[in-house]
Amino acid sequence: MIRTPSLLYRLHIDAPLLGGVLVMAALGLVVLYSAADQSIDVVIKQAMRIALGLTCMIAIAQVPPRRLARWAPVLYVIGTLLLVLVLAIGQGRGATRWLDFGVIRFQPSEIMKLAVPLTVAGFMAEKVLPPQMRTTIAALVMVLLPAGLIIDQPDLGTAILVATSGLFVLFFGGISWSFMRNCLLLGIAAAPFGWFSMHEYQRQRVMTLIDPSQDPLGTGYHIIQASIAVGSGGVYGKGWLNGTQSHLEFIPERATDFIFAVYCEEFGLIGVVILLLAYTLILARGMRIAMEAQEMFGRLTAASLTMTLFIYIFVNMGMVSGALPVVGVPLPMVSYGGTSFVTILTSFGILMSIHTHRKFISET
Amino acid sequence: MKRLPALKDASRERRLFTHRVLFAALTMGVLVSLIVARLFFLQVINHDHFTTLSHDNRLKILPLPPPRGLIYSRDGSLLAENRPSFSLTVVPENVTNMDGALHELRSMLNLADDDIEQFKKQLKFARRFESVTLKGDLTPEELATFSVNRFRFPGFNIEAGLARHYPHGEAFAHVIGYVGRISESDLANIEQSNYAATTHIGKMGVEKSREQVLHGRVGYQKVEVNAQGRILRVVERTPPVPGSDIYLTLDAGLQDEAIAALDNYRGAIVVLDPNTGAILAFVSKPAYDPNAFVNGISRSMYQSLSTSPNRPLFNRALQGQYPPGSTVKPLVALAGLQYGVRTADQATWCPGWYTLPNEPHQYRDWLRTGHGNMNLKFSIAHSCDVYYYTLAHDLGIRRLHEMLAKFGLGAITGVDIPGEAGGLLPSPDWKKRARKQPWYPGETLIAGIGQGYMLATPLQLAYATAIVATRGEAMIPHFLGEIEHPVTDETQSPDVYRRPHVDLANTKYWDAAIDGMDEVVNGATGTAHKSGIGAPVRFAGKTGTAQVYGIAQGEKAKTTGVPEHLQDHALFISFAPVDAPQIAIAVVVEHGGGGSRTAAPIARRLIDYYFKDAHAGQDAPAGTDANAAPSTAGIGNEGHAHDAATDAAHGDHGTAAAPATTPDTPAADGAAPSAPAAVPLEPDYD
Repeated sequence: MIRTPSLLYRLHIDAPLLGGVLVMAALGLVVLYSAADQSIDVVIKQAMRIALGLTCMIAIAQVPPRRLARWAPVLYVIGTLLLVLVLAIGQGRGATRWLDFGVIRFQPSEIMKLAVPLTVAGFMAEKVLPPQMRTTIAALVMVLLPAGLIIDQPDLGTAILVATSGLFVLFFGGISWSFMRNCLLLGIAAAPFGWFSMHEYQRQRVMTLIDPSQDPLGTGYHIIQASIAVGSGGVYGKGWLNGTQSHLEFIPERATDFIFAVYCEEFGLIGVVILLLAYTLILARGMRIAMEAQEMFGRLTAASLTMTLFIYIFVNMGMVSGALPVVGVPLPMVSYGGTSFVTILTSFGILMSIHTHRKFISET
Repeated sequence: MKRLPALKDASRERRLFTHRVLFAALTMGVLVSLIVARLFFLQVINHDHFTTLSHDNRLKILPLPPPRGLIYSRDGSLLAENRPSFSLTVVPENVTNMDGALHELRSMLNLADDDIEQFKKQLKFARRFESVTLKGDLTPEELATFSVNRFRFPGFNIEAGLARHYPHGEAFAHVIGYVGRISESDLANIEQSNYAATTHIGKMGVEKSREQVLHGRVGYQKVEVNAQGRILRVVERTPPVPGSDIYLTLDAGLQDEAIAALDNYRGAIVVLDPNTGAILAFVSKPAYDPNAFVNGISRSMYQSLSTSPNRPLFNRALQGQYPPGSTVKPLVALAGLQYGVRTADQATWCPGWYTLPNEPHQYRDWLRTGHGNMNLKFSIAHSCDVYYYTLAHDLGIRRLHEMLAKFGLGAITGVDIPGEAGGLLPSPDWKKRARKQPWYPGETLIAGIGQGYMLATPLQLAYATAIVATRGEAMIPHFLGEIEHPVTDETQSPDVYRRPHVDLANTKYWDAAIDGMDEVVNGATGTAHKSGIGAPVRFAGKTGTAQVYGIAQGEKAKTTGVPEHLQDHALFISFAPVDAPQIAIAVVVEHGGGGSRTAAPIARRLIDYYFKDAHAGQDAPAGTDANAAPSTAGIGNEGHAHDAATDAAHGDHGTAAAPATTPDTPAADGAAPSAPAAVPLEPDYD
C-alpha cells in the first residue's frame, strides 16, 4: 500500500481532527451567540481565542513526539513550581488559582493537564510494560503530587481531571486489574476521611447532588434550573434563540459551564445526539491515532489525552443534566472561555504530531 | 506468580494496549449511553413536567386594580371621586448618587428624617430595577418644584395613581365615610383574590356598606419575567371591571343648607322622604375631613380628633342616643286612641302637676300654672305634660311600649350604613333584664313624655315622623339611590325598602295626631308657632326638649357645672307639607336650650330651602296661606312668649340649677322631670 502524504499531512495537520475541531468550534459559536444574549462581541472574542488555539495546535503539531517526550518533564517541573507559587502568592476569586504576571494571567494547573500525561507517558514508555510495581508507584507519585497541590488551591474539579489524565496513562500502560481493584477498595475505605478533609462548599455540592431541592435558592438552584432547561427542551428543542430558561437568565453560568443546558433547551434531544455523534467522531479519531502510533509514548499520550477529553465531556454533561455534582468543568470546544479551548487544541496538536511524524519504513 | 523478565516485548505491549483501548472504548460507550438515558429521562419522559416548570418560571400573573366607583348625590354632585395622585418614586439602579440626591431633595420636598429613614429601609428590600416610593401624594407646589429640577435627579420619577378624594370634605363625612388601607382585619371579610391589587377599602359609611358595588373586579396581566423578576413583556391582559358608580338619595343643596342651619351648634339633622325612605339630608356636627383618613391619618391628628370634647368622629345622627322628650307625645296620643283609652275630644284637667294615686309625689308640668282643660290636639300643641302623665298611667307601660315599638323606637331602622345605634325603648322586661330591678309606676309617667330611660337617635325620630306623616307607611331609611354600571351605563335601583304598614283601628286617629302637630306650628298658641309664620308650605311638627342625659359628657358636665353643658338638647320633628308630605325632618341640637327656640327654626329653614329656594316654581300646596292669619294676629300672644322662655326648660327638671328663671317663664315644649336619679323629689317609687 503506497501512501502519498497530502499537503495537510506534510504540514503535520490531521484532516479529520481539524475538521472535527472546526465543526465543533462553529457549533460552539452558534450556541454561544444565543447563550450570550446575541452579543456578537462575545462571539468575536471567542473566535479570536479559537484562532489562538488553532495556532497553538498547528505549532505543537510541528514538534516531533520524541522532542515532546524530552521537554515534558521540564514543563512538569516548571508547572509544579508554579503551583507551589500559586499557593504562596496566587490570586483569584474565593480560591487561589490564578497567577498574574501583569500581561498574562493564567492557571498553572492548566499546564499540568498536558504536562502530567506527557511526562508519565514518557516515563512509562521507557519501562517494561505492564509496569512493575516500582514503576507504578513512581508514576502514581508523579500523578498525585501536582493533583494534591491543585486540590489545595482548592480546585477539586481540575485536580481530578489532572489526576485522571495521568492515571489513564497508567491504565493504558497496562497496570494490573488487581492493582486497580485494590486502589479502588482503598479509595472507598478512605472515602470517609476524604469527606472530612473536603471543603464545606465541596461537601455542599455533593449533598446538593443527592437532593437538589434541599437548597433551591443556593447551589441546588443551578441544578434545578438547568434540569428545567434541559427537560423543557424536549425532543426537538425550543429552537435557536428561543430558550426561555436561558434568555430570561434562569440558567446560571449559561455561556460557560452550563452552556450545554442552553444547547439542550434550544436543540432538544435530537441536537444532543448530533453533538454526541460529533464528539464521538473526534474521540474515535483520537483512539485511532493512539492505535496507529508507532511508539509506546505516542500510544499512551494519544489514548490518555483522548480519554481525558471524553472525561471533560462526560463530567460536564453529567453535571448539567443533574447526574454528577457541579464541578467547574467547561464543555470542550463549546463553552465560552480561552484557557480550556487552548488546552484542548494543544492536546489535539500533540495528537497530530504523533500521527504525522510516523515513519514509513516499509510497505507491508 | 512468576515474575516476568524485565525485557520489552513490543508485540505483547501492543496487544495489551489494544485490549486496554477496547476496554476504554467500551466504557465510553456505556457512559455515553448513561448520559443519553439521563437526557431521555429529562427531555422525553419528564418533558411535560419541566415544560410546566419553565412556564411557571417565566410567566407571572400581575393583578390590576379596578378603579373604584364614584359616589354622587341625587342631583349629580360628585361626593367621592378618584383623583390623580402623584408620588415621587426611585429606581435604584438608575441613581448615580443616592445620598447626594436625597440631601438635595430633603429641602426641596420637605422630607423629614423619618421619611428618608423609612425610604432607606424599603430600599434595602427592593430590587434594583423596581421603583420605590420616596414621597406619596405630592402637593402641586412640590410637583412643580421637582419637575423643574428633574434633570438633576436621574432615576427619580413622578408616578401618577388614583387616590380617593372627597371634594366636599366634612359635609358628607358621616354618610360616605372614607376608604383606608386594607388592614389585617379587613382581609378576613373579603375575597382576597379580588383585592389582589387593591390597596384601599371602605372603612365607614357608604364606602363600607357598598364596598362590593364600588370595588369592581380585579383584572390580570400575564407577564414574562426574567430570573431577577424584571418584567420583559406582557403576554396576556384581562382588564379589570371598574366598580359601579352610586347615586345617593342625598340632596347636596339640602345637606349644605342643613349644615349651615346648625350653625355652630353640635347636633344632628335627618331629612327623609317619608314616601320612599330616601334620606335627603343627614348631618352630624361637628364632622371631620374624610380625606385625612385615606392615606393614613397621623397619630397626632387622630388623637386630637378622638379626644376633642366636640367628638367630631361621633356620628350623632346615626349613633347619638338622645331622650326624645316631648317629640314622642304624638305617638303616645296615638296609643291612647288605638287602645281606646282616650278619644280625641276627651279632656284632661291640667293643674300644673300630677300625682299617682296613693302617692304624695307631684309630677310637674313644664308650665307650673297648668294648662287647664286639654284635649288631644292641644295637648300636643301645648305639649302638656300632665295630659301624658295621665295617659301613660292609663295605658300602662306595656301598651305604651307596644305602640312606640311600631314606630321603630328601640330598634335600628336598618339604614344602609354601618354602626347604627338602636336607641332604647324601656319596658319592665328590659329593666328586669338589664338593670335587675322592677318597673316603677312613676317610670311609666316619664316614659309618657319621652324621658327617663328612653333614648332615640335622630334617624329614628325622622323615621317615626315619616310613619306619622304618611299615616302608617314604614319605609326604611336609606342612602342608596341608583347604581350605575360605568361601562354599560345600565342603572339599577335597589329594591323598595318597605316594612309592614302600621295599621290603626281607625284612620281618623292619624288625623287627630297630625292635627295636633299641625297646631304646634300653625296654631296661634302652638309651641313652634313662630317658626310657622310665612312658611312656603304648611308644615306640622312637634318640639321637644331633652334633659342632658346619657350623652358623652353629660355626667361630667353636671359635676363641673358649666352652664352651656347643662343646657338641654333641643329637638324638633316635622313634616311638610301637612296634606301631602314630601319631607320628614328630625333636628337635634345638643345643649340648644328649647326645641321651639333653637330646633324648630332650623327645620323651618330647611323647609324654606326645600320648597322655595331649591324647588322654586314647583307646586306649592294649598295650605300655605293658613299660616298668614295667625302670624299677624299672634304678635304678643302666648305663642311668642314661648321663644322668650329661652333657657327656662331645665328649671323644670327639678334640679336646682337655675331656679331664678323658672317660676314664671314658661318653657316652650314641656321639658319635664326625667331620670329618677336626677330628680330629688322622687326618691321612692313603689
